[in-house]
Amino acid sequence: MSAATQPVNPARLFVREQRALQDPNWIKWSLIAIALSFIGLFICLPLGLVIFQAFSKGIATYWSALAQDDTVAAIKLTLLTAIITVPLNTVFGVAAAWAITQFEFPGKSLLTTLIDLPFSVSPVISGFIFVLLFGAQGWFGEWLNAHDVKIIFAVPGIVLATLFITFPFVARQLIPLMQEMGNQEEEAALSLGASGWKTFWAVTIPNIKWALLYGVLLCNARAMGEFGAVSVVSGHIRGVTNTLPLHVEVNYNDYDVVGAFAGASILAALAIVTLILKTALEWRQANR
Amino acid sequence: MAKSSIMPGFRPAIGFTLVYLSLVVLIPLSTLVFKSFQLSWDDYVNIITSKRVLHSFRVSFVTSLVAAFVAGFFGFIVAWVLVRYSFFGKRFFHALIDFPFALPTAVAGIVLATIFQPSGFLGKLLSETFGIQVAFKPLGIVMALIFISIPFVVRTVEPVLLEFETTMEEAALSLGATRLQVFTKIIFPNVFPALLTGFALAFARGVGEYGSVIFIAGNIPYVSEIVPLLIVTKLEQFDFEGATAIALTMLVVSFLLLLVINMLQYWVRKRSGQL
Amino acid sequence: MSILLSNISKKFGTFAALDQINLEIPEGELVALLGPSGCGKTTLLRIIAGLESADEGRVLISGQDKTDHDVSQRGIGFVFQHYALFRHMTVFENVAFGLRVKSRRERPSEAIIRKKVHDLLNLVQLDWLHDRYPDQLSGGQRQRIALARALAVEPSVLLLDEPFGALDAGVRKDLRQWLRNLHHDLNVTSIFVTHDQEEAMEVASQVVVLNHGHIEQQGTPSDIYDHPSNEFVSKFIGQTNVFNLEEHDADWLQTAGLPTTHQKGRVAHVRPHDIVIAKSTDDNDAFVILKDWQHLGSLIRIELVKSSVNGQSASVYAEMPNDQFRRLQLNKGDKVDLRIRHAHWFH
Repeated sequence: MSAATQPVNPARLFVREQRALQDPNWIKWSLIAIALSFIGLFICLPLGLVIFQAFSKGIATYWSALAQDDTVAAIKLTLLTAIITVPLNTVFGVAAAWAITQFEFPGKSLLTTLIDLPFSVSPVISGFIFVLLFGAQGWFGEWLNAHDVKIIFAVPGIVLATLFITFPFVARQLIPLMQEMGNQEEEAALSLGASGWKTFWAVTIPNIKWALLYGVLLCNARAMGEFGAVSVVSGHIRGVTNTLPLHVEVNYNDYDVVGAFAGASILAALAIVTLILKTALEWRQANR
Repeated sequence: MAKSSIMPGFRPAIGFTLVYLSLVVLIPLSTLVFKSFQLSWDDYVNIITSKRVLHSFRVSFVTSLVAAFVAGFFGFIVAWVLVRYSFFGKRFFHALIDFPFALPTAVAGIVLATIFQPSGFLGKLLSETFGIQVAFKPLGIVMALIFISIPFVVRTVEPVLLEFETTMEEAALSLGATRLQVFTKIIFPNVFPALLTGFALAFARGVGEYGSVIFIAGNIPYVSEIVPLLIVTKLEQFDFEGATAIALTMLVVSFLLLLVINMLQYWVRKRSGQL
Repeated sequence: MSILLSNISKKFGTFAALDQINLEIPEGELVALLGPSGCGKTTLLRIIAGLESADEGRVLISGQDKTDHDVSQRGIGFVFQHYALFRHMTVFENVAFGLRVKSRRERPSEAIIRKKVHDLLNLVQLDWLHDRYPDQLSGGQRQRIALARALAVEPSVLLLDEPFGALDAGVRKDLRQWLRNLHHDLNVTSIFVTHDQEEAMEVASQVVVLNHGHIEQQGTPSDIYDHPSNEFVSKFIGQTNVFNLEEHDADWLQTAGLPTTHQKGRVAHVRPHDIVIAKSTDDNDAFVILKDWQHLGSLIRIELVKSSVNGQSASVYAEMPNDQFRRLQLNKGDKVDLRIRHAHWFH
């Protein structure tokens, strides 16, 4: 997944048409037609449908669906989850990238591999392992029960599952960048008498800030949108343990299509904002 | 260790990294392994070889494979078009490629279900004109997985096509090669490792995918029930042993697949002198 | 085969890379397209190859109009600046590529391909590397493989883009000589692009000097060195001292033995070896001072300082063989007499 989330500088897509490399027009336009039909069918159509469905019953229905207590509670829980998980994983990402790129130590490549591990685990399994740990039948189940602490089917479980799922995002963005930059600038700052902490804030952070923001953005999008892992640990209690994606599912399964799409449109808006910011950041990073 | 001689902050950084990694990832994940020790081998075999489980594995792997192939084929064309040609709206489409990454899977799920259900926009069209039913069939799962897979393929192939030395193509042309020969003998062999990576990522993601699939799949046992859903079902029935056995199998199979694909890639690169 | 370019023009956006180029290259020559970077020389080479198309003008190869032919049908061999070897193929397969992509009717048998590739690899003295991949070769080896690959299709014209540009100085020297010998043996019309005048003079039988999309001069290396047709060529090829009559150099030149009365131009260019110096015998009349000298192998480059009428001083460079300089027994700071034997005049 690492490669798939690396930014591509959009400016580089500018094509200088060289005679020898120009494909005949019929090939060029057929391929463009195929590509755009494919994108149209699998990306534009779903995108259009979310927007259409949300407003199909009129804007009033849409607002009333959004104003329901359960929806508001779901939005709050989603925001809460993101507010807890994103900063934690950001701090981790920076620390891990610092350790991996600035130092040599045994087991470094193993550590890099382990950081990517959550990417290759099914979301359902990601939730399941926390049930095994903290569920009623889990390792700590009895102890938690005796002390009246609820983790599974409660907010802490949701936060834990989301932490696991979004774990690699920031680190994954920073490690390749910092590896490429090396540590000459940091060494220069230290040689000029700056403290380690000062060097980090004055040299490293300005250099990586766009990649850091990029990682935070992707991490946040996933934290707010995660479904599978959260679904396993949440218990689907309306108004209590339903995040927005779960709320969408519950409404959809109850045949409340307008309600489902009202929630879905918020998440789709989040996705679109993420895409716009992501593209802006790609430009920023390219022109750095 | 020379690199670390003057740089400060190694202990706190590595310390926090390892503690956090253990707490959030390693300890939770290892419970799956420990839990499975409670199962006897016979129990494990019984669970895994039950008809329903085997069917779900077949559904999951076959649909993921088909979806990764389709996404690989069309994703390659999309990447090619985005890199090699200039046309109106290209940057817009470039940005759109990441939409499946950004869109929460549950939303993707209900949207695709709405499009492909028998009364839906495309579902109706397909069933009335061609008699093809998409929703509640493995075909529906494939559709959802294609959606999820697109950015994996495009985003791995695109940078490689961008970096591709076009002088190699010019060299081949100057030696008398036709355009088709340039593609099959020069471009494709060089892009193939990246395409393989994209395919593998898409496939691995597809096998584990849950949110975007369950709405369109209909989840009919023996027909359109995927492995992640079966794990959830077992959990809801408090069949932790069953869930553990299936989850562990899936985890191991996915890791093995990734390993095989990594080795395959290594082999391809080695063979082509890129290592 | 001979090459004829008529009225070739090419623009990139508003930038005119080439402007009305007319050029005739007789069969069998080894021609250097020489010029500073951005002068259009690589563009011209790519237009001859058919890798780029000209906005105007025709390209004729052995009398046949090839302007509308694609690169694959022009019968040219092209050696790219960074070689462009196929990195996923062995050296052998790289060289065999041009033969293997021929249509079934024209394709030689496997045995003939094998023999031909090994012959070519022997020609470039690298047959022992036939099963390596390009990434495992040194720069000079890649260069020679790229050449063998281009020769495999028996091109009527060989085009080389900065063939020595990416090589270490030592390797570059060897390869220059080698390319010259190879051309002598094969006698295929060849054009190479370079920004290094020394390289052009050493390797080519004909030099074409380009600047700002124009041809400044075409001729043999000695033609160009001894009879530069304009200031640009004179300055670009070899070292030269520039004296400007409008900047009060006239009297000075007169004293140095170069008559300026019947003016042949406004500016005089004097090659360092056309300046003769001797220890000044008359203490008052001496007008240049020896500042420093550098050893250039068998030659010595001498830096002289002259003071002009307006009080400014300027450096003049002279060159002479080592032993001759030693016989003069000059020291830094000595006053020196100077005589100019020959100058090129430009307006």
